[in-house]
Amino acid sequence: MEGERLASQARSSGLPAGGATGESPGVDAPLLGSSGSSALLQAEVLDLDEDEDDLEVFSKDASLMDMNSFSPMMPTSPLSMINQVKFEDEPDLKDLFITVDEPESHVTTIETFITYRIITKTSRGEFDSSEFEVRRRYQDFLWLKGKLEEAHPTLIIPPLPEKFIVKGMVERFNDDFIETRRKALQKFLNRIADHPTLTFNEDFKVFLTAQAWELSSHKKQGPGLLSRMGQTVRAVTLSMRGVKSRPEEFMEMNNFIEIFSQKINLIDKISQRIYKEEREYSDEMKEYGPIHVLWSASEEDLVDSLKGVARCLDQCCQATEKRMSGLSEALLPAVHEYVLYSEMVMGVMKRRDQIQAELDSKVEALTYKKADTDLLTEEIGKLEDKVECANNALKADWERWKHNMQNDIKSAFTDMAEENIHYYEQCLATWESFLASQTDLHMEETSEDKPESH
Amino acid sequence: MEQAPRDPERQLQPAPLEPLGHPDAGLQAAVGEEAEGARDEGSGEGTMTENNFWLKKIEISVSEAEKRTGRNAMNMQETYTAYLIETRSVEHTDGQSVLTDSLWRRYSEFELLRNYLLVYYPHIVVPPLPEKRAEFVWHKLSADNMDPDFVERRRIGLENFLLRVASHPILCRDKIFYSFLTQEGNWKETVNETGFQLKADSRLKALNATFRVKNPDKRFTELKHYSDELQSVISHLLRVRARVADRLYGVYKVHGNYGRVFSEWSAIEKEMGDGLQSAGHHMDVYASSIDDILEDEEHYADQLKEYLFYAEALRAVCRKHELMQYDLEMAAQDLASKKQQCEELATGTVRTFSLKGMTTKLFGQETPEQREARIKVLEEQINEGEQQLKSKNLEGREFVKNAWADIERFKEQKNHDLKEALISYAVMQISMCKKGIQVWTNAKECFSKM
Repeated sequence: MEGERLASQARSSGLPAGGATGESPGVDAPLLGSSGSSALLQAEVLDLDEDEDDLEVFSKDASLMDMNSFSPMMPTSPLSMINQVKFEDEPDLKDLFITVDEPESHVTTIETFITYRIITKTSRGEFDSSEFEVRRRYQDFLWLKGKLEEAHPTLIIPPLPEKFIVKGMVERFNDDFIETRRKALQKFLNRIADHPTLTFNEDFKVFLTAQAWELSSHKKQGPGLLSRMGQTVRAVTLSMRGVKSRPEEFMEMNNFIEIFSQKINLIDKISQRIYKEEREYSDEMKEYGPIHVLWSASEEDLVDSLKGVARCLDQCCQATEKRMSGLSEALLPAVHEYVLYSEMVMGVMKRRDQIQAELDSKVEALTYKKADTDLLTEEIGKLEDKVECANNALKADWERWKHNMQNDIKSAFTDMAEENIHYYEQCLATWESFLASQTDLHMEETSEDKPESH
Repeated sequence: MEQAPRDPERQLQPAPLEPLGHPDAGLQAAVGEEAEGARDEGSGEGTMTENNFWLKKIEISVSEAEKRTGRNAMNMQETYTAYLIETRSVEHTDGQSVLTDSLWRRYSEFELLRNYLLVYYPHIVVPPLPEKRAEFVWHKLSADNMDPDFVERRRIGLENFLLRVASHPILCRDKIFYSFLTQEGNWKETVNETGFQLKADSRLKALNATFRVKNPDKRFTELKHYSDELQSVISHLLRVRARVADRLYGVYKVHGNYGRVFSEWSAIEKEMGDGLQSAGHHMDVYASSIDDILEDEEHYADQLKEYLFYAEALRAVCRKHELMQYDLEMAAQDLASKKQQCEELATGTVRTFSLKGMTTKLFGQETPEQREARIKVLEEQINEGEQQLKSKNLEGREFVKNAWADIERFKEQKNHDLKEALISYAVMQISMCKKGIQVWTNAKECFSKM
């Protein structure tokens, strides 16, 4: 526990939170100075042992919430991250629990929007208290996501539910939509909480704990719009140059995610379509049973049989409703999340490519220019570290993501199969009991043959 | 006599024989049956060659359907389907069946047979034919009469019709029915020679005609309401069933898409690949299972359809009763007015307005001789009328008695058949559920191995 905690402290303190200290906004990953050796990293991590008390104080003091001032040189150590990967499989290490509920509509003269209540329960020292309750709107989630992407361009940030779904929506804020969104937002926050690196992100903490006005003022601290725009322009020009030499493993990753994205999108469509067909089947079934009851009114001798069939049909209809709700609770959101996730991953791949492209362009510049060789060499050195960092971060996170994906998909489809089995078992039971009642009566009434099966 | 016409190999029990010389014998036979009971058991043995037929057990089957082209009455080329009817007689002793007759008939000939039966047995609930055109279709079935599935189901329906007629205690003895099964050539002419079309009361065809009947038998009025309700509820049921079938088809078939996508996805997965692939296979199995399930359900729908059409047959009997009652009441009314006229002429009082009365007033009184002549004519007419009324009354009562006997027989048959049909529907559903459990259990296993 201790080692893990310290390691995680090391990680969190290394994150630049939007440049509150006014540092260069162009930095996407913390710089390591000149050293990149893991031995030195280990030493720096170990050094923190002696400063434990300071850490404690630091974490409880609200004024020192701004992590940037502490030690921006603390790296997002890939080594420590890999260590963390081993630990996270044990559920009892979870010390941050988040729920999203109580959607509320707010109407102003300008707009209408929904806020969600977010309750955080935690045993972590760096949090002021063990329970927090705040209200956030979708925009705030978008902000958080943006900050996380900025801080960790090559980590796979969990996806947010879509802004709004145009297709088949009458009104932006109908109940189903809000409920689906609520569940997705909760998943989003919990995924961050479960992520070995992201969980210690400063903006994440602020998001979960700050009151409305605190959040607004915190949001305002950040690289100005202009600097952000400059960043984007550079990124675009770099990406347009193309990736010259994407390492093999990232080629594989890219191929995988492209095909995966295609397939998961198809599965999403198929699953939605199944839901729709089941809905229509259920609607027709609702009418089917009652007709038999109607008929029984004019048939003295067939009342039992007809009412029996009606009962079976009604029960099957109910079983269908249950199957549908199972689908919409487990399979549909899970598959849809991975549709969005695959987009995120593709974005992460692009950013990694951009970082590499930056390096490549500087290397190219060095080859042709004679001037500023020293400066270029220094820049190249930094960029090489940056690229290595980015690659390692992505590699580790990729493995983690894939592992989670397999589990989630497996679980979602197993659930679906389970729902279907249960559905058919219920229907079977009701028809069998009807058949039993009919055959008993049959044998009582006449000495005829047993009913033949067709 | 219990019926189980679903079984194509069902054998007939011979009915008590009656001489079948005259086409009207059908009605007489029915009358005779009540009065004489089982007295004639075996008395027809050997008297008429056709009737020997009925001593043995027979099996009837419509075994094949074939597309044919020919020229119709207007010498235009047409395509139609012909059905092979095979009749086998079964030896008492060893149960072996021998093919005795085999001929081809088309749907229009079945219709002709049925129309004949309707005319000559108006007191019988005549079994209906399967539908002429496919109705209550859901999207997969085509409404095309040439569609092989439709033709197959019609073949079964026609066989069922013949079996119903053959197992009816009265209809089975009809000569024309016998010749339908055995006479290859010129059967149509034989039927038309009976002159049944002339005998047919065109008023019966007027479906919506209501006769102002003052005293119908209440049971028939109730029966008419029942048949209307039966028709309405079964139609409704069939329509909804077709929609449910359509939706169910959709649910199953969409799952088939999983199969394809899982298979493609499995190509990029190392650990999950096998599980995905085999799960996909089960999704394909699931999707294709719906075809057989719905095929079976069509047979169930056909069973219900038969009773939908039976409702029409019931209504026909009711209408015949109404018509007879109407004629009776008209005759009685006519008789009453003639009697009154007679009385008036005899007593000289004019109570009712009559044209004759007016003309005599205008053109002068008639002579006593003229009056006597008229009275005599009227008295003759009254006599005749009273005779006719008597016989009509008798006819009417006989009709009601016999019709009601057949209706009771029909009711029992209907209750039995519909109950069986509902049970068979339950059996189908159970089979479908068991298949579903199997497939999804297999799929779940594959998923859990991913």
